[in-house]
Amino acid sequence: MADENKEKTDESRRRFIKNTGMVAGGVVGGSLFGGLLTSQFQDDSDTQTKNKETTQSLQEARTFFSRKEDFETLAAATERILPKDDEGPGAIELGVPFFIDKQLSGSWGTNAKAYMKDPFYQNRQTQEYQHKDTQQNKSGPNTSTQAPSRTPRYQTRLNRGDIYIQGLRRMNEVSQKKFDNKFTDLEADQQDEVLQAFDNGEINMKGVAGITFFNLLRQMTLEGAFSDPVYGGNRNMMGWKMKEYPGPRMSYTKQVTSDEFVKMEPKSLRDYQS
Amino acid sequence: MAKKLDKVDVVVVGTGWAGGVISAELAKAGKKVVALERGDKKNIEDYTGVKDELRFMNRYQMMQDLSHETITSRNTMDEQALPVRTRDEMMAGTDTGGGGVHWAGAVYRYTPYDFEIYSKTVDRYGKDKIPAGMTIQDWGITYDEMEKYYDRFEKTAGISGEADPLGPERSNDYPNPPLKESRPVRLFKDAAKELGYHPYQVASANVSQQYENPDGETLNACMYCAFCHYYGCDFGAKSDPLMTVIPTAQKHDNFELRTQAYVRRVLYDGGNKAKGVMYVDTETGQEFEQPADVVVLAAFTFTNNRLLMLSEIGKPYNPESRTGVIGKNFNGQMNITFLGARGFFKDKKFNLYGGAGALGGTMSDFAADNFDHSDVDFINGGAIELRQYGEGAITSNRVPKDSPNWGSEFKKNANFYAYRNLTTWYTSAIMSWWHNYMDLDPTYKDDFGDPLLRVTNKYTDQDRNIAKFGIDKCTEIMEKMGADIIDKDEIPEEFDHIYQGGHYAGGVIMGDDPETSAVNNYLQMWDVDNLFVVGGSAFPHFPGHHPTVTIGSLAYRAAEGIEKYLKNGGQLVKGKQEA
Ligand code: SF4
Repeated sequence: MADENKEKTDESRRRFIKNTGMVAGGVVGGSLFGGLLTSQFQDDSDTQTKNKETTQSLQEARTFFSRKEDFETLAAATERILPKDDEGPGAIELGVPFFIDKQLSGSWGTNAKAYMKDPFYQNRQTQEYQHKDTQQNKSGPNTSTQAPSRTPRYQTRLNRGDIYIQGLRRMNEVSQKKFDNKFTDLEADQQDEVLQAFDNGEINMKGVAGITFFNLLRQMTLEGAFSDPVYGGNRNMMGWKMKEYPGPRMSYTKQVTSDEFVKMEPKSLRDYQS
Repeated sequence: MAKKLDKVDVVVVGTGWAGGVISAELAKAGKKVVALERGDKKNIEDYTGVKDELRFMNRYQMMQDLSHETITSRNTMDEQALPVRTRDEMMAGTDTGGGGVHWAGAVYRYTPYDFEIYSKTVDRYGKDKIPAGMTIQDWGITYDEMEKYYDRFEKTAGISGEADPLGPERSNDYPNPPLKESRPVRLFKDAAKELGYHPYQVASANVSQQYENPDGETLNACMYCAFCHYYGCDFGAKSDPLMTVIPTAQKHDNFELRTQAYVRRVLYDGGNKAKGVMYVDTETGQEFEQPADVVVLAAFTFTNNRLLMLSEIGKPYNPESRTGVIGKNFNGQMNITFLGARGFFKDKKFNLYGGAGALGGTMSDFAADNFDHSDVDFINGGAIELRQYGEGAITSNRVPKDSPNWGSEFKKNANFYAYRNLTTWYTSAIMSWWHNYMDLDPTYKDDFGDPLLRVTNKYTDQDRNIAKFGIDKCTEIMEKMGADIIDKDEIPEEFDHIYQGGHYAGGVIMGDDPETSAVNNYLQMWDVDNLFVVGGSAFPHFPGHHPTVTIGSLAYRAAEGIEKYLKNGGQLVKGKQEA
């Protein structure tokens, strides 16, 4: 019995590693998951930044997600949205799951600046609204400065943190139903199928549409990969390096007037402020 | 129990461009002025060294905290309006300087056609050109009368630009030369020229060189740092109220700025005089009554409307009978405007991480009535723009429409196209209609139990037709620019209740007839002599250009009116009926 369980766990660890593209050179230690999310990639990164990384690792613990399983599901899902591949690091390596955990435990996750007074109408209109195509370029004079996908009209009593908890558990239910297995234990293409079902608006949730959860997940995955590393994602500015994004600077006058693309090593907010 | 304060000459609600200009002018004239701002006290240091995309652009640091108060929204009168709950769906500035601090800085004057839209449309095309139910009207002021106020505002703000080759007459050039031309801007201009159009550089409040304005305030040269629109400027190079009119007012002891002052009512008990305002200090909860000889509402469109309605001033607009004025002609540029074409370039890579709020190219060939509308099924027009705001790494994840938006393929395309996509859009005008209006919501309340403002807004064929026209023109230009993949924007079926961009107006509209307008051309209320309502709320329709400079210029006009009123009293303009 015990052995069987162990085997199953090993199998799922292997699959997790495979799905998330973390096959090369990883150390599978006692606390497998923590290891995966933190120390494993020190090989890839600049050894000079090792001290920095240690500090960063101390900041990587769950403060919003109490259940480890929810967090693992989250990590696996973000990794499918931005997988590790030839292009560069994936969501886990970039620290996206911890970024999301931190964001959800703060004012964003609790909808502190949103109008959350009753009544919340959860009728066909609002449900359908949330099913609308969110990829259409939301217009307005600021179109080009918006995050690429956003939650459509928000009419739910759930705050963003609630939506995540419910959504991730719903993801596991759907995985069980479709493939008789937990989300984290699925093959990559099976995981994609589950996510696609959310993206297509096929999955119902309680008090919110499944697509709303998916959009939030997608949006925050991108935010975690490409926001300043101060928030816990974009680890070591690897997201910015991948995108050739130079970060906050005093001036781009020269670059703006240059006809050639100017590539620069990124600088972070910490560099900028010091 | 409200604490009664000493009377002042002028109390101003709001400290954005409108309230800022009025505060500065009346403080300079020696009047005792109190400005009330519901947001926090901010100065330029609050925006120094904080270039952070997530915080400002995705978490909306500078926008109104909606947990206390928002609006509700619906498309038609028979629907239940729902609150606009999150800042993803609402863009209203707050804190000292208001929306004037986070603005991009694109500067356009409105055209002679827009100020006299009704008369000029009828003159050129006949009455039938205006469809039934479209409630456009002349603004009660002409471009020629507005010119000196535009000139004044442009000098205060140090606007940097070149004259529009198709634009109306100007008494002076812009006080500063235009911003530099980037490669994308040049590509746009060259394509437009080849097609026979008249492109020029967008005039900008990102100041092109160090400049001292007539009030002695200094603005620095723009660094094209890209953290501009949605942000305050790190370098004092974006002209905003914090760098100009607010410090000008603050040089005078007779001016006082109170922040965290949430105005709940205009004190009014009938007749033709308001007595002052009632506000709450949101730090202590203490209520205050601030009496004043002149009350100026210079807040955002929504607040100006709501305060009048809550204070029962003026005749509320009734869409059934189509009578009354307060709340009438809601108009704004939302998801059916700023549509166009996005081009993806396989072999061109631009430095798009740099830019400035108003860095861009534009053209007026299809603006206002600059082209013949005899054969098109809409009136008015807009600018076609290409803007280089400068983009953060979260924003620059655009991929062609037919490519997936998550997974490996997405990641590859998002990286590849990060600096290889440009967009052109049409800043189309929005006409006003009898069915688009504002009133008080019967269900939802703010923290104090006061009803929220309710917006009822839907699109018409005019909106869809003008949008389609613009998308086609933008596509033509994008093709000329040599894009490999062109995604044309789609025309939305209906208004989606996303109040993005801050361009919403009307409700306390100006005009020359008290039957159909709330304020005269000094923005003085017809009904209440000592109440001036200043801001986008005065626009009877939304012309096809960015609004800020007209709001600032109208504020100069209103300030002149307030001085006149303080001297002589009474109505400054004779209404059409009486005349
Ligand atoms: S782009 Fe120019 S005006 Fe805008 S924030 Fe940067 S320096 Fe200021």
